Amino acid sequence: MQPTIGKKLTRAKEQAILVCLFACALISVVTTASIIWILSSEAFAFFQHVSPLAFLFGTRWAPLLEPKSFGVLPLICGTVLVAGGALLIAVPIGLGSGIFLSEYAPPRVRSIVKPILEVLAGIPTVVYGYFALVFITPRILQPLFPGTDIFNAASAAIVVGIMIVPTIASLCDDAFRAVPRSLREGAYALSATRFEVSTRVVLPAGMSGVVAAIILAFARAIGETMAVTLAAGAMARLTINPLVSIQTMTSYIVQVSLGDTPHGTIEYQTIFAVGMLLFLITLMFNVLAQQVLKRFREAYE
Amino acid sequence: MVSQMQSDKLESPRQGFDTPRFDPDVLPPLSPALETVIRAETVTIRYGDFAAVRDVSLKIPDHHVTAIIGPSGCGKSTFLRAINRMNDFIPQMSISGSLLYRGENIYRTRCDPVDLRRRIGMVFQKPNPFPKTIFKNVAWGAAINGYRGNIDDLVEKSLRQAAIWDEVKDKLHQSAFALSGGQQQRLCIARAIALQPDVLLMDEPCSALDPIATALIEDLIDQLKKNFTVVLVTHNMQQAARVSNFTAFMYMGELIEFDKTDTIFTKPNKQRTQDYITGRFG
Repeated sequence: MQPTIGKKLTRAKEQAILVCLFACALISVVTTASIIWILSSEAFAFFQHVSPLAFLFGTRWAPLLEPKSFGVLPLICGTVLVAGGALLIAVPIGLGSGIFLSEYAPPRVRSIVKPILEVLAGIPTVVYGYFALVFITPRILQPLFPGTDIFNAASAAIVVGIMIVPTIASLCDDAFRAVPRSLREGAYALSATRFEVSTRVVLPAGMSGVVAAIILAFARAIGETMAVTLAAGAMARLTINPLVSIQTMTSYIVQVSLGDTPHGTIEYQTIFAVGMLLFLITLMFNVLAQQVLKRFREAYE
Repeated sequence: MVSQMQSDKLESPRQGFDTPRFDPDVLPPLSPALETVIRAETVTIRYGDFAAVRDVSLKIPDHHVTAIIGPSGCGKSTFLRAINRMNDFIPQMSISGSLLYRGENIYRTRCDPVDLRRRIGMVFQKPNPFPKTIFKNVAWGAAINGYRGNIDDLVEKSLRQAAIWDEVKDKLHQSAFALSGGQQQRLCIARAIALQPDVLLMDEPCSALDPIATALIEDLIDQLKKNFTVVLVTHNMQQAARVSNFTAFMYMGELIEFDKTDTIFTKPNKQRTQDYITGRFG
């Protein structure tokens, strides 16, 4: 039997749709591949001039000043200071919100709180940076700790912390809700209170989800750019004092991108080396989170 | 998880006390000498508008096995879960009538469900051990309830009572998930009796198990009635006939008949019971 014209058209349409969808998927793959290609080729050019060891373990970062120095440790230190500080703030709040949402909140409260948290995640990060600069530093940090620089790591850590609370809360909530109801019932039937069920059954059972949430949030905090650039300043130094101006890897990239550094110079290539390092660190954390999550999924099989 | 509890009869101060009068409608053959542990009077349980249990009145006697049988959806599990207030977690659940545990109204506001569940333990349909070691599964309930005695002894005693000690004594610190389904269920029984409850509610405890594991649990239930009052929900009539002393037959949310197990299975009073046990429906 011959297919009718209509059938033929339908088949052609299906083919067209397939091609379109494949093109969409291809675009993101090609984009990622070219980003990696540009990053690595420029970073390779950079490492023709500077040894990777001097880059990774040098303690002075001054690519734009004479004498030039390309030790990236101060940038890593600034980044870890901000991201670590952000975690100190975001983990307790995010975890608490996650437990509240999954174990305590009645459905009606949950249906209000969860969208609010998601709105928090949708605020442009530059707004957070501005908030740190004009509110947190002058109104909170400087009165509490006189002598705080106007640009400082602490204010950046606080706003980045607030920024990643929704990520942690939402992922923890998902992890806790994935804990089977039968486990909770078993615990309640043993005369457990709601708090005991939350902290001694649900939390341990969802722990790998929590760890994955924290790792993802940490990766996000490391990659955060705008808020940190505004709040933390542009003074690369190896310090653990959160009240002074520092520079993170991301804000260094912003600084050079906005400046008038000519293309092709070693100063210009530094941002690709730093970018490559940032990419590798974030990638590592994402893979780590995936691994932890995978183990978590197997827990009740 | 909010529960909206409304209780018509619960506010009256007399309601909380069991009167020892013999009520021929509720339990004809039960000798008044048997002490009542759970007493239900016109208990109706609704989920929203749907009445899952309607006007159920019965008395569950001390240190015996009482089985509740009936086709799926007849309200037997709902009734069982009302006894230790596990239905509290279901939104829209409401209960009326009175449900007394040793004379205390279970649904009175003064009654703390956490305390109640300390006295009335439960074993579920599917084995649900915690993702912890065998030892910790048994010790957990005692630990959160502030048990001060020797925890090793308690764990051993509970596992022995649940007839699983010999199988697990060499791997107490391995994960409970390494056990078979039947072993997990006996572990859950051990976990429940480690709290030394008064009543043990069992919600179709063998429905997920093979016949050999089921036989083991049935033997165990027979042992358990020495120390506990057992209320067993089952859709397996043979099981009810084998292990229980009293049997309640529920149908469409109503209690059709409650009597000695022998009577229910040999000469039931109601035609519907007769039809059900002879397999004409359900």
